[in-house]
Amino acid sequence: MLKQIEGSRAVAEAVAVCRPEVICAYPISPQTHIVEGLSRMVKSGELLGCEFVNVESEFAAMSVAIGASATGARAYTATASQGLLYMIEAVYNASGLGLPIVMTVANRAIGGPINIWNDHSDAMSQRDCGWIQLYAETNQEAADLHVQAFKIAEELSLPVMVCMDGFILTHAYEQVDVPEQEQVDKFLPPFVPRQVLDPANPVSIGAMVGPEAFTEVRYITHANTLRALDVIPEVAKEFEGVFHRHSGGLIRPYKCAGAETVVIALGSMLGTIKDVVDEQREAGVSIGVLGIISFRPFPFDVVRTALRNATRVIIIEKAFSLGIGGIVAENIRMALAGIDIAKYTVIAGLGGRQITKASLHELFETAVTDDLRALTFLDLDQELVDTEIAKTRVQS
Amino acid sequence: MTTAPIKFYQVGSYAIGNRLLPSAAGSVQSDADRTNALTSGHRACQGCGEALGARYALDAAMRVANNKVITVNATGCLEVFSTPYPETSWRIAWLHSLFGNAPAVATGIAAALKAKGRTDIRVVGQGGDGATVDIGFGALSGMFERNDDVLYICYDNEAYMNTGVQRSGATPPAARTSTTQAVGEAPGNVFGQGKNLPRIAMAHEIPYVATATVADLRDLENKVEKAMQMRGARYLHVLVPCPLGWGSQSCDTVKIARLATESGLFPVFEAERGEVTASKKIRRQVPVEEYLKLQARYGHLFSPKRRDDVIDHLQAMADRNIVRYDLLESAGE
Repeated sequence: MLKQIEGSRAVAEAVAVCRPEVICAYPISPQTHIVEGLSRMVKSGELLGCEFVNVESEFAAMSVAIGASATGARAYTATASQGLLYMIEAVYNASGLGLPIVMTVANRAIGGPINIWNDHSDAMSQRDCGWIQLYAETNQEAADLHVQAFKIAEELSLPVMVCMDGFILTHAYEQVDVPEQEQVDKFLPPFVPRQVLDPANPVSIGAMVGPEAFTEVRYITHANTLRALDVIPEVAKEFEGVFHRHSGGLIRPYKCAGAETVVIALGSMLGTIKDVVDEQREAGVSIGVLGIISFRPFPFDVVRTALRNATRVIIIEKAFSLGIGGIVAENIRMALAGIDIAKYTVIAGLGGRQITKASLHELFETAVTDDLRALTFLDLDQELVDTEIAKTRVQS
Repeated sequence: MTTAPIKFYQVGSYAIGNRLLPSAAGSVQSDADRTNALTSGHRACQGCGEALGARYALDAAMRVANNKVITVNATGCLEVFSTPYPETSWRIAWLHSLFGNAPAVATGIAAALKAKGRTDIRVVGQGGDGATVDIGFGALSGMFERNDDVLYICYDNEAYMNTGVQRSGATPPAARTSTTQAVGEAPGNVFGQGKNLPRIAMAHEIPYVATATVADLRDLENKVEKAMQMRGARYLHVLVPCPLGWGSQSCDTVKIARLATESGLFPVFEAERGEVTASKKIRRQVPVEEYLKLQARYGHLFSPKRRDDVIDHLQAMADRNIVRYDLLESAGE
């Protein structure tokens, strides 16, 4: 049903029609509106057959989800930023145990210095945790990805993180076609756990695995994770069949075919990038966009195919590895290994800084003449950092 | 549930033999058809108090719940010795997640069962003292505060035994551990620290809090049975001597647990909704020294130089428990 609705509310309503059985959460901005909405639905009786647990920490939130999922319940939680970091040990445990939990990460910077605004540092820090990571471009996609996430997770018996930009998406009101119960019931079957805690058929889950089998256990999880590269597009296709709109999948090319320059990004900044690309195209520039939806697992083959004829790529990312540079860029380099394409990494939008059309225009104009540095921090106050760095050097 | 007081002190150890009890009151552990949550073949040390306590506690829980029990185990000795993949000693639905989250995982299981309308299945969380009083304390307090339908059992051996006998928040004063060694001016663990988790549990005013030891397994069984007949958050704190960590003989596990009680150092009591309702009476209080001298972790109190100051301090702690929990059997009884 088409609604003018807040992103968080759209996600809450989408999660609710997935018939979750246990929802737990600990408050952290900017994820709070999602779980507030769900807690009200459970309390009012609008969402039946579901327990809402107010926990005392994010670590407990993920732990409650682990217990619930291992008991065969569809489990959901949401977090962001420091909250995601606080639950990391349990995040790894959920994927290690193969529990198909779905979690929203309302992307936010991590401190210090403390900063509550959006970037991708939180989810990117968890790129190796064994969860599937899907990044939403719009609130429509955020809502749809949650419905798909339960299906992907349960098909693979792996947890899925749906990443949506904090505030930019979570707090934005826009038109969303919110998935309806009858549609979701057609799309998402009841959860059939791969193994379950059942006194009638008792199993031991979470045994200690020693050197003789640990590599094999991890390899099997790796192979299962790679299977997501087939499952994610299949689920997106099935979704389109029921909901009559395209949402999800591994990547989303935009005016990418035949473009000399391709801009690569994740999440909501793709909207602004596409607007700028449209304007550049009108000015005759051969430029396109490649949106990455599935960052984990990373779709190396489809990315390589989509980019192989480009002359240069500009990777814009809202997180980076200190002392190294781009994180997404590193994966793009792997995807393009052996192909002669110029690669520019741009770190942008850290801690909620606006990514403006003006800055992007300037950036793309510099890039298409190959005058861009290999690693650029968008809109960096160079004078300020130079002064500060000089001061520290004098002191030491 | 009512339990008749039994006073057959028929042997020197004060043990109560089944043969002196009516057959209906006999221990289920002697029944060929008894439940068997933790079966033989696991890798616990000889004389492990935790293995003994866990088996009796879980068997009792299964009996009350018609075998419909799911248990969550924190990381620790109990988890490690029972489940070296691909083997398991658990004949019960069992989940191990992490060191610090067993109470929260138990909450998740209870929530799932409630959502599915399967409240006939009961949830038991279990962990050692490190998992309970230290790293999992926040999760445990949260579980208590929400009054989730979980029985949590702490098997307290008073240090991190699985990692090599390091001090925990439950390590008693003066005890030697590998991080509170018997060196310096004040050898062993310091006084005035540590957490009394049963009292902290009581402060949450949960339906049931009780302590027990492996010296009185019938008492342990009775308390588990009582706890299982209640709903909401319940806490059982079981003292389980550790021959490895305490430096005691494997054959002395039960004896040491008994001396812990009879000295007053480990009060055995029950509390409901924050109020103490019963305590296990001591017929004859033994000096703490009798308890201490069986354990190498207190060896520095006796040699090379006897530390009466420290022993007296420990005796004062025991005497305080005697008063606080009214542990002495009154003369008229």
